Amino acid sequence: MIEIKHLTKDFGSLRAVDDVTFNVRRGEVLGFLGPNGAGKSTTMKMLTGFLAPTSGTASIAGHDIENDGMAAKKKLGYLPEGAPAYSDMTPAAFLEFIADIRGLTGDKKKARIAEVVRLVHLEAVLHQSIDTLSKGFKRRVGLAQAILHDPEVLVLDEPTDGLDPNQKHEVRALIRSMAPNKAIVLSTHILEEVEAVCTRAIIIARGKLLFDGTPQELLSRGPLDEVFRNITSTPSRAAVS
Amino acid sequence: MKNVWTLARRELSGYFATPVAYVFLFFYLVFMGVMPFALGGFYEREQADLVPFFQFHPWLYLFLIPAVSMRLWAEERKSGTVELLMTLPVTLWQMVLGKFLAAWFFTGLALVLTFPMVITVNFLGKPDNGVILASYIGSFLLAGGYLAVGSLFSASTKNQVIAFVLTFVVGLLFVLAGHPFVLDWVTGTVPAAVTDAVRSFSFLTQMNTISGGVIDVRALTYFGSLIVACLIGSGIVLDMKKAA
Ligand SMILES: Nc1ncnc2c1ncn2[C@@H]1O[C@H](COP(=O)(O)OP(=O)(O)O)[C@@H](O)[C@H]1O
Ligand SMILES: [Mg+2]
Repeated sequence: MIEIKHLTKDFGSLRAVDDVTFNVRRGEVLGFLGPNGAGKSTTMKMLTGFLAPTSGTASIAGHDIENDGMAAKKKLGYLPEGAPAYSDMTPAAFLEFIADIRGLTGDKKKARIAEVVRLVHLEAVLHQSIDTLSKGFKRRVGLAQAILHDPEVLVLDEPTDGLDPNQKHEVRALIRSMAPNKAIVLSTHILEEVEAVCTRAIIIARGKLLFDGTPQELLSRGPLDEVFRNITSTPSRAAVS
Repeated sequence: MKNVWTLARRELSGYFATPVAYVFLFFYLVFMGVMPFALGGFYEREQADLVPFFQFHPWLYLFLIPAVSMRLWAEERKSGTVELLMTLPVTLWQMVLGKFLAAWFFTGLALVLTFPMVITVNFLGKPDNGVILASYIGSFLLAGGYLAVGSLFSASTKNQVIAFVLTFVVGLLFVLAGHPFVLDWVTGTVPAAVTDAVRSFSFLTQMNTISGGVIDVRALTYFGSLIVACLIGSGIVLDMKKAA
């Protein structure tokens, strides 16, 4: 469902993403791991069509994001880093807007908005302007927006950032429940999150892909944070293994 | 087309969600109402028409239009919503057009709210209401052309102040190009064709032709092509930023 081939992005002289290749199939939840500044968000921005790659390609459900962007974007739900939303709108108005853009109408629109509001627990703040919401609620508004049209491909940039432990737990449960019918990529720098929700893990550092395997494989190498440190601090050796 | 409408509606709701729109409308109406009396000799002329009123529009727009247009794209960039917008299934042209139409509608609304001026002159005498209508249309076209220029600069930067200043400066050039001061200076130093070109490029000249009571094809073409060119420019700039 997601195909990334030799994706590379340069910002001036900085190579933020360096020849990254991977696929994600339906039913998979891919954890995109890496220290801050590793290039996770930049990869996602290229995959979702916000940034044009310096070289390489990305496609969603068989549609190239650059040449067939509209078709690709219809199949995609995306939570950008920091969960941006129109701060002067209420979650209700914002979701209405997204539903209109997504082509939902009438009863279907109403039902779908009610459904996602229930799924991410937005009932209490539905008619309060978004700029007055806590970080956790803002994140959930972003999540609601991303899953509103029940997309086949879901790209979530740090979906649990800013949530308290209970909320984190709920969002992870939500992601797991959606997993069977979708291809999901989520970025995180929380290692336990990978164990909790992901069927596969990828580690990148300084733009390079250093590990691609199951969380179990990662765990079998020893304590997770130690393995992570080893992989991300000695890229050349880990890349070979 | 449905997407354009959805985007325009969202943009417009953003104007009225904060006091910004109301503050703008308030100042707009105060200036529009006061300036013709204070500086234009509205009474002294002892003529029932709105010429002094419309003569001020290009000058007032110099401040008011950049204030509206600066936030079109700069705001989206600053808050990061541009990333959300650009990853939704809408085309760049739908976004550019939707935002522009919302801003244009907003200035049109402000213009409509000046109708007490029309009532006043009709009360004081017998103005040519056809000329007044033509002048309103001219002013609306001018607002559209200038907003499109502002859209281009707003797309180019995430800093609203820079967007405002650039739009203001370019607007000033466009207005001054038709001012007698500039035209006198240009005449004689360069061929007449250049003088004509400079003059026809000016907001003032285009407004004056329309204020005469005729909306001729040239004025329509002028503002029409200005709008189309600047909106295409906005789209190109936004697309270029994507690769940066
Ligand atoms: N628009 C940009 N211009 C210049 N450098 C950028 C830009 N966006 C990201 N970078 C740089 O690219 C690198 C990767 O950033 P990012 O993808 O945000 O990392 P992550 O999401 O893994 O924390 C960082 O060094 C960051 O400073
Ligand atoms: Mg990031």
